[in-house]
Amino acid sequence: MRVTQGCFSFLPDLTDEQITAQVQYCLDKGWAVNIEFTDDPHPRNTYWEMWGLPMFDLRDAAGIMKELAECRRVYGDRYIRMSGFDSAHGWESVRISFIVNRPKDEPGFRLQRQEVGGRSIRYTTVSYAVDRPEGERYGDGA
Amino acid sequence: MNEHSMTVRGKDRYKSGVMEYKKMGYWEPDYTPRDTDVIALFRVTPQDGVDPIEACAAVAGESSTATWTVVWTDRLTAAEKYRAKCYRVDPVPNSPGSYFAYIAYDLDLFEPGSIANLTASIIGNVFGFKPLKALRLEDMRLPIAYVKTFQGPATGIVVERERLDKFGRPLLGATVKPKLGLSGRNYGRVVYEALKGGLDFCKDDENINSQPFMHWRDRFLYCMEAVNRAQAATGEVKGTYLNVTAATMEDMYERADFAKQLGSVIIMIDLVIGYTAIQSMAKWARRNDMILHLHRAGHSTYTRQRLHGVSFRVIAKWMRLAGVDHIHAGTVVGKLEGDPATTRGYYDICRQDFNPATLEHGVFFDQNWASLNQMMPVASGGIHAGQMHQLLDHLGEDVVLQFGGGTIGHPKGIQAGATANRVALEAMILARNEGRDYVHEGPEILAKAAQTCTPLRDALEVWKDVTFNYESTDSPDFVPTATPAM
Repeated sequence: MRVTQGCFSFLPDLTDEQITAQVQYCLDKGWAVNIEFTDDPHPRNTYWEMWGLPMFDLRDAAGIMKELAECRRVYGDRYIRMSGFDSAHGWESVRISFIVNRPKDEPGFRLQRQEVGGRSIRYTTVSYAVDRPEGERYGDGA
Repeated sequence: MNEHSMTVRGKDRYKSGVMEYKKMGYWEPDYTPRDTDVIALFRVTPQDGVDPIEACAAVAGESSTATWTVVWTDRLTAAEKYRAKCYRVDPVPNSPGSYFAYIAYDLDLFEPGSIANLTASIIGNVFGFKPLKALRLEDMRLPIAYVKTFQGPATGIVVERERLDKFGRPLLGATVKPKLGLSGRNYGRVVYEALKGGLDFCKDDENINSQPFMHWRDRFLYCMEAVNRAQAATGEVKGTYLNVTAATMEDMYERADFAKQLGSVIIMIDLVIGYTAIQSMAKWARRNDMILHLHRAGHSTYTRQRLHGVSFRVIAKWMRLAGVDHIHAGTVVGKLEGDPATTRGYYDICRQDFNPATLEHGVFFDQNWASLNQMMPVASGGIHAGQMHQLLDHLGEDVVLQFGGGTIGHPKGIQAGATANRVALEAMILARNEGRDYVHEGPEILAKAAQTCTPLRDALEVWKDVTFNYESTDSPDFVPTATPAM
């Protein structure tokens, strides 16, 4: 399966050139770009690990792409996403978020159903990947 | 026509009998509205032979303290404070016989936090007043002091996006079709296919409540199976607007509670349930972490005609105060009424924290929303993937684009229809962010994306010639020389 979170998951994986253009868009808007990674892409896993702090003061996409390359070198077998954060009053949240790296195999999710009162069902979504400990979930472990 | 006050003062003002409204204190051209006043702008079309100033003063009178004759009991009150004051009357440009009347109301005339009370005054009696041929409430200025008495949208655009983990692009939805007749089991099938194919939301239609072919509990149960299956299949948060509209508040609360118990992120109500019920559901939604979608069912009965009724921009303001999170606000390019400039005004009212007066968009007043949450506008009705560049240009990024027919009518099925829409959208956002002139290059951008997406290619082919080009019945009456009030 393919996790379709983020802004561009239905397109072919973005090239570095395309990612640079999106980063530049964020910088031109005055947003801080943030790199995060995870090996649990559960739809409600809000807090992916941060690759350093959001880059509040960087104004050059090349510098951010260097950070991405570094993050990929260490965590290239995990999901990595980039986001643009807007601190303007009235928003003060993420403006754009997109996946820039995926594990080779995406095992996806199991849907567990618990039959409860009447015909109601309690649903639980579980990442297959979390059956293994953190850090050993994709490939041979990193 | 705004020269002088005709108000009779002193003892003569309260002599028994009938007195013209303009002499009773409802026409005060020297009055400067206070920051705390509610201001209403009416389009007044008097009966033939009725003095326009008198007609406008009568509107002020009948929407505040007046009755048809002088009453001595006025003297038991601070009557001058409670009288609404018409302070300006302008002929409507290019519309002989109609006048814009600006009327100011003291804040003490209104109960805090009550749309029912606000509207009982402003549109209560006065629309049936005989000396008028027609009357339309065009716009309102709501003072911060009054805005602050309302909860506002239960969730708001920012928190909705955070909860859904979806940023940087319009959300995609589809209304399940056919509107009526599907069983719960078949209905859930449509929801599953559309969500798995790439949409964020599905939606009940306004008249799907609890009918013989599908009772509400059945619909909710099958829909949530579909939502959860699609979530697991994609790794994305998905939702479907479960319409809880019902005959009584008790029924609506019961349905909303069941939706919550099943884990739905969003419920839906129709405008026809009434302002008080809407406010009750907004409070319920805030208490229960629920996004609240409003379908504007019924609004065209009073919003569409230029001469009589209530403009949708006023309804949008009332709904932002009342506290819904989503509101249908037009598509510009789709099948339903919507002049581009007027629609732009509605969208601004939903999304900005401060609306500057913009006459060319039909927005007559500066409006400060004082950090009240933003409302997500919803574009629904006769739109398809081939219009993606126009939709993004007209409607922006914080909007739900709903492709009902444009998803379910896809020749290769519902999933393919959903995928076509999502790919078209992502390709357009990517191009826009890269700095391309996406409005003009839109068709090429879509064609390029279709090279690697067969569903999009099919969609562009089947709907390539579909447009709805009809004259709008409601567009701003604006001449560049006119100046905004205040």
